[in-house]
Amino acid sequence: MNLTPDEEAEIRRRQKSRAIVMALLLGGFVILMYAISIAKML
Amino acid sequence: MASKAYPVAIPAAADWRDFLALTKPRVLSLVVFTGLCGLLAAPQSINPVLGFTAVLCIAMGAGAAGALNQWYEADLDAMMVRTANRPLPAGRMDRQSALHFGVGLGAFSVILMGLALNLLAAAILAVSILFYVVVYTIWLKRRTPQNIVIGGAAGAFPALIGWAAATGRVETLPVLLFAMVFLWTPPHFWALALFINSDYARAGVPMLPAVVGQRATRIQIMLYAVPMAVAAVAPWPLGLTGALYGIGSCLLSALFVLLAVRVGFSRETDQAAMKPERQLFAFSILYLFLVFGLLVADKVVL
Repeated sequence: MNLTPDEEAEIRRRQKSRAIVMALLLGGFVILMYAISIAKML
Repeated sequence: MASKAYPVAIPAAADWRDFLALTKPRVLSLVVFTGLCGLLAAPQSINPVLGFTAVLCIAMGAGAAGALNQWYEADLDAMMVRTANRPLPAGRMDRQSALHFGVGLGAFSVILMGLALNLLAAAILAVSILFYVVVYTIWLKRRTPQNIVIGGAAGAFPALIGWAAATGRVETLPVLLFAMVFLWTPPHFWALALFINSDYARAGVPMLPAVVGQRATRIQIMLYAVPMAVAAVAPWPLGLTGALYGIGSCLLSALFVLLAVRVGFSRETDQAAMKPERQLFAFSILYLFLVFGLLVADKVVL
């Protein structure tokens, strides 16, 4: 697929924003699993 | 929304907002609310972290069902003004990404529900996702004008799941709530279908007004409103709720039936002039929020 420099830059920008959101979701999941583990012990 | 901010349609690089749009966030609000109310109305209290997890799982399950619905219906969505700007028909995402996202999110929600809450809640969640995707979206929606009736069951599950997550059981009250939402769905959607009839007809979806006509649809709306009201009020005489819910649900259901009867006897054919239909549709959303809100208030207050 031939992409113009603008399209390529747009793809990179979207990939980066997706990666940031994914990292935040994974961080949230780790915290949630920790909290669930504590709650199950109570 | 997303297309304005990101006008370049490159399916291989969908924005995260497009994935969010796949989950149908506006529908999620009602699902989360009824699920939360089912959880809060249950006799057993639940740890707030586990309660949050249960509602999160319900939301993720519903989001997965929405994503898989959009994956399957991309061709259909492209033909309707209301849905043409969704990520798939607008060309901002490829279908495989939507499929992977939907299956992954659905599986994750069911597994998390099973591990954090209980297997019954996880099983009902799995059934609700499969019901919406397979029975409603793939099997019935394009085949029968009764599509909404059966599909309504999928939307009725969250309260049942919320209750099951808190108690590990299915009892009479959540089953009545299920029945109420199940019977609420046809008048809610058919009121909408009456005044946006042409859009569904163009897409080839056999919505009731397009198949049997407006007169028969109006009668069906009235016929469903009555048992819906009975299911909504029934918890009170059965001793499952207090007077706050009982009196509130009686008044709200009476108003719902009144609006449905007004739609039932209307002969209006000009969609732009269908005020009672728009009022019934708008009130039906408020009705569900208020009845479920009353259910929780009744438990908390009394």
